[in-house]
Amino acid sequence: MSIEKVWVLAEAADGSPVATSLELLTQARAMAANVAAVTWGGGAATMAGTLGDYGATVVYDVGDLGGKLPGAPVAGALAELIASGNRPDAILVPATYDGRDVAGRLSAKLDVPVLTNVVGLSVDDSTITSEHAAFGGSLVVKARFTGDGPGIFVVRAKSFAAEASGGGVPTIEQLAVPDLGASAAATVLARHAEERTGPKLDEADVVVSGGRGLGSAENYALVEELAKLLNGAAGASRAIVDAGWVPYAHQVGQTGKTVKPTLYIACGISGATQHLVGMKGSKNIVAINKDQEAPIFSIADLGVVGDVHKVLPKLIEALQARR
Amino acid sequence: MNVVVCVKQIPDPAAPGALDPQSHTLVREGKLILDDSDAYGVEMGLQLAGDAGEVTLVSMAPNQEVSGVRTALAMGAAKAIVVSDPALKGSDALSTAKVLAKAIERVGADLILAATESTDGYTGTTPVQVAELLGLPSVTFAKKVTVSDGKVRVERQTEAGFDEVECPMPCLVTVTAGVVEPRYPSFKGIMAAKSKPVDQLTVADLGLDASSVGAAGARQEITSVAAAEARGGGDIVVDEGDAHERIVQFLEQLKLV
Repeated sequence: MSIEKVWVLAEAADGSPVATSLELLTQARAMAANVAAVTWGGGAATMAGTLGDYGATVVYDVGDLGGKLPGAPVAGALAELIASGNRPDAILVPATYDGRDVAGRLSAKLDVPVLTNVVGLSVDDSTITSEHAAFGGSLVVKARFTGDGPGIFVVRAKSFAAEASGGGVPTIEQLAVPDLGASAAATVLARHAEERTGPKLDEADVVVSGGRGLGSAENYALVEELAKLLNGAAGASRAIVDAGWVPYAHQVGQTGKTVKPTLYIACGISGATQHLVGMKGSKNIVAINKDQEAPIFSIADLGVVGDVHKVLPKLIEALQARR
Repeated sequence: MNVVVCVKQIPDPAAPGALDPQSHTLVREGKLILDDSDAYGVEMGLQLAGDAGEVTLVSMAPNQEVSGVRTALAMGAAKAIVVSDPALKGSDALSTAKVLAKAIERVGADLILAATESTDGYTGTTPVQVAELLGLPSVTFAKKVTVSDGKVRVERQTEAGFDEVECPMPCLVTVTAGVVEPRYPSFKGIMAAKSKPVDQLTVADLGLDASSVGAAGARQEITSVAAAEARGGGDIVVDEGDAHERIVQFLEQLKLV
């Protein structure tokens, strides 16, 4: 390793750093001696212990944003810090809604490129090389960052394993948000959480997903029932989320969640690249689809060419009988 | 009100994508079509612009191709600016944003709409970069958009559900697929689109330095392209009424039941 300094955006969810930020802190430790976390939203003090445990020696806290969407104020505060002479070699950003906003704004402010869909990072003789999944993960593209730092890398969830290092509590440094004029004017009026039962989609050991092949929104109940019987979470392809059958929170794929469960069961999903990129890391894949040519079968450990409307009810019945 | 919709013309996603063996950038030659995910922004723009306003399309293409833009004009957009220049070949997201921002400045929009990400490159950062370059606020991942009193009100997708976000105009909003049902171009629309103005501009017309865009401005170099570790297909069984038993066996092997 021969780069000096890496910053990691540590987005919070329910008062804790999101899993991807801990994965990125772990990776940052392997890349540079100085690792800092960036927080916002007012939770820095409570999260500092965890962030230190995963390798951050400093926490740059942008603090409470007064309801503003984070993209502009967080990018503004970081650009200010960089302008003051504190320049990292790389900034690692979890591929979340807010993470992408911060990365895009910061890229334009600093006039440095932002590299997205990163699934791997390495440092060789002070050159940072990033790996990107292209065409639904069928190709791995390696790119060398050639510009002046910082390189901004937006990294997909579960690209690295999170491992605590047992580091001490980091120092917290407050960052001020400069006057950003109109660009920071987007304000959150209210937050709505959708109800969820069972394990979280991106943490579940078993994920059962449904696609267009289900035929109608009502049939998604079969997917939910099977997921429940296997103590898993119910997912969905983009096609049926776009069609309004299920909320976006269930979407697995490029624009949705990345999942790597022990078992993934794809029901009536053809396997568009959009979808595959979010689930092909699953340890075992079962696919049920009536089209034998569906791309999903090329990655399935067990492929069933059949009608989900016939196979799923029998499977559910067989599992219920075993309880 | 006047709405700018950023649209992208892409190779037909039904045809397999390819990388140029020399430059390792996406091959975007030949016939290009309107990116499906942009149809939502065009539809939303048409609905919000209303009778008093109009929708202007802004797009960038490495060649002179405009067939995808004509599709959006056929849906009802009034006119288009297409920036075409060989210097744009190999542009990354930031270069693209610089070009789009300059083109948008020529229009003067109350609202700029874009998709959350393109279907072929899916970097998903260009719209926010455009907003930053124009000094405008932005709201990404909108699943519902309404306008009143010079403000947009957006239901923005979040990990947990959605946020209600308010933002003064002018501003930029990215819309998710499914936010509205895009109309199909009518025959009349398709005929009318043929004579709608499409302003073709070069990088120099926009006052941009060619060295700041395209491959010259990308500051990243593709060092290798390799097939991902292949995930071999496993057993394929055709259901004859008993395939569920095979799945149960598989679950037993994994000790999940």
